[in-house]
Amino acid sequence: MGENTPFDEMYNADGSVREPYRALSEWLAEQPEKGLALMQADAEAIFRKLGITFAVYGSEEGTEKVIPFDVIPRIIAANEWRKLSRGIEQRVKALNAFLYDIYHRQEILKAGRIPEKLILNNAAFCPQMMGLEPARGVYAHIIGVDIVRVGPDEFYVLEDNLRTPSGVSYMLEDREAMMMLAPDLFQRSKVAPVETYPENLRRTLESVAPAGAGRNPVIAVLTPGIYNSAYFEHSFLADQMGAQLCEGQDLFVDGGKVYMRTTTGPERVDVIYRRIDDDYLDPLTFRPDSMLGVPGIFDAYRAGNVTLVNAPGTGIADDKAVYTYVPEIIEFYLGEKALLNNVPTYNCTDVDQRAWVLENIAELVVKEVHGSGGYGMMVGPTSTKAQHEEFKKKIIARPDNYIVQPTLALSTCPTHINNDVAPRHVDLRPYVLVGDEVRITPGGLTRVALKKGSLVVNSSQGGGTKDTWVLED
Amino acid sequence: MRMLGRTAQNLFWLSRYVERAENMARLLEVGYRMSLTSRREGGASEHLISMLQAAEMDEAFAERHDVADVDTVAYFMMFDPTNPSSVYSCLQAARTNARSVRTAITTDMWESMNGAWLEFSQIKPRDVRGAKLLGLLQWVRQRSHEFRGALLGTILRDDGFAFLQAGNFVERADNTARILDMKYYVLLPRSSLVGGEIDIQQWTLILRAASAHRSYGHVYHDRYKAHNIADFLILRTEMPRSLVYCAHFVRDNLNLLAKLYGRREACHDAMEDMLKLVEGTNMDQIFAHGLHEFLNDFIDRNNRVTDTLSASYNFY
Repeated sequence: MGENTPFDEMYNADGSVREPYRALSEWLAEQPEKGLALMQADAEAIFRKLGITFAVYGSEEGTEKVIPFDVIPRIIAANEWRKLSRGIEQRVKALNAFLYDIYHRQEILKAGRIPEKLILNNAAFCPQMMGLEPARGVYAHIIGVDIVRVGPDEFYVLEDNLRTPSGVSYMLEDREAMMMLAPDLFQRSKVAPVETYPENLRRTLESVAPAGAGRNPVIAVLTPGIYNSAYFEHSFLADQMGAQLCEGQDLFVDGGKVYMRTTTGPERVDVIYRRIDDDYLDPLTFRPDSMLGVPGIFDAYRAGNVTLVNAPGTGIADDKAVYTYVPEIIEFYLGEKALLNNVPTYNCTDVDQRAWVLENIAELVVKEVHGSGGYGMMVGPTSTKAQHEEFKKKIIARPDNYIVQPTLALSTCPTHINNDVAPRHVDLRPYVLVGDEVRITPGGLTRVALKKGSLVVNSSQGGGTKDTWVLED
Repeated sequence: MRMLGRTAQNLFWLSRYVERAENMARLLEVGYRMSLTSRREGGASEHLISMLQAAEMDEAFAERHDVADVDTVAYFMMFDPTNPSSVYSCLQAARTNARSVRTAITTDMWESMNGAWLEFSQIKPRDVRGAKLLGLLQWVRQRSHEFRGALLGTILRDDGFAFLQAGNFVERADNTARILDMKYYVLLPRSSLVGGEIDIQQWTLILRAASAHRSYGHVYHDRYKAHNIADFLILRTEMPRSLVYCAHFVRDNLNLLAKLYGRREACHDAMEDMLKLVEGTNMDQIFAHGLHEFLNDFIDRNNRVTDTLSASYNFY
């Protein structure tokens, strides 16, 4: 890890093409001059016309951008994927077991495997969840695991997103666009399908309906509304699985049960895939000033009359400070060694580690514990001296607010840049569904840092996406 | 799947705003033409102002501009984001409603609406003058037709369709009634049977504002006469912008809702009330009752339909 030349997923060090990329390499060579540029323009037009946009925070309300889509797919071999998906399944099972424990007997704390303070004093810990029995014991049903690759066999988990991970609509639309743009490339390869995701999502949600729900549970997707950055995704998923797309004002609680306001009166709701953060979910239980949520919905949930997906309080398991303990968590609940690596993480509250971090800050990545979207982070090697000093001061002022990791040499993939093909750094977010069983969609969303040398792949920071292919044997 | 009250509301207003954008464009085109051909001193401004009055925008306009000329009026009616009835505001509102109900409309409808908004929002007002203004006004009408075409060609004939259609025709009825009311005095029966030059100009304005200046000839085979014009826009069932035609469309779509939901609501009574005004009557009776009173009564009853519809189907 941390070698100077990053691992390229298409080319070996000697310039030969790696096996999974053979068909792509041939196809690229056949493309006429300007072929990729034309394809890129077509892709942009398709996305804008369909309204596949995200809102940009901090800019004028209602401003919508199209996330750049790269027309060269990222390819993962079948055996590579098998390994990855086993590791992912292990991780999500352990994290759900951890959540059950934390909100019940807290054995892992009693055993001293994780410091009690780290959990109980954590802002992401949700005391209202104590003793609650979620359907099938599942807390995190919809998960996006952020993974980076640094070598042929070396993968690291950067983050487990257990709250309301977004981006799955891009995975699906990227595939749609790619099939429209390059059908000939698909014909030469055996690509595992991703379009089963909406149906699997529906099955997962139905499987965790409360006991009292009928044979066809009523499912709603709860969105903060059209100005939310991920609104397109909310409406897309509701549409794809035939669920009702609701805003808070469309739902109400009466007698401990949740109803939607329809043209013909109230209709009972059984499962709510909510895309509203915990804090805004219910003004009676959480933030009283929330206009987005549904008053009383948490009590209905506690009473077992409705299932919230994901459960409130899952953030305690993907907190950046708890992340360090995931290998420990896997061992504690499953008695297995973690199949996927964690990135080594330095704890700045430890005096010795902090001294080392401050000394070597130019080589390290600093992340705010509660930051997301690429905000509040610093990548040492690509930052200025002034930024290094700024973050040193921040760490000294609030050591518990930051985690520090070595700068990983993220793998690169060939990417279309100005009618040329150049390597750019990528990460991977596979999407996992947990209900009656664990369902992992082959591939996921590949995010690519379009700026040369950049390691930040977030769309808010100039990142794009790629269609991600898992090859079948 | 049952429909959210909010979805029904969004569909109703989506259609209303598209129709309103189209009517604004048509009205502005009339005002623009009249202002070009008017020979009298101050005539241009007069026409534009009476056109603003027809759209009930004259006061809002006066708050923003001292002079009513083609540039200020065109900006106000086409592009002004602070004017809630400008084409800009209507298309934006329509698109926002469409975005809220993405799952309840078809891809073709969404793409038509989204495309119209994306194109229109790119236009710089100062680039649109003279012939370009006419071109753009035509474009607005065409996009409205395109949306309606996508609607008629692709959407299921269920409750969503009924709410969309009801919104469209409630808005159209309102628009026609207001145009007539604005100029009702030039339609009143008078001792002299032949209209003067001014009358002809006013009648043309009314007919053009309803896209009825050519179809008039097909129906009446006669020169413009006040009685016929009023008859055409109020009582002729073959005229797609007449009050009776719109009322029938509203009736049919509310009846579809009653059939789908198995129940009649307060809005059905309101609709019957509106129908009573335009059915089983003729222009002589209407003139005897008073044209202005009649039109205001119609506008009120039409508004009642919207109010009761909102209450009956849980708009909020």
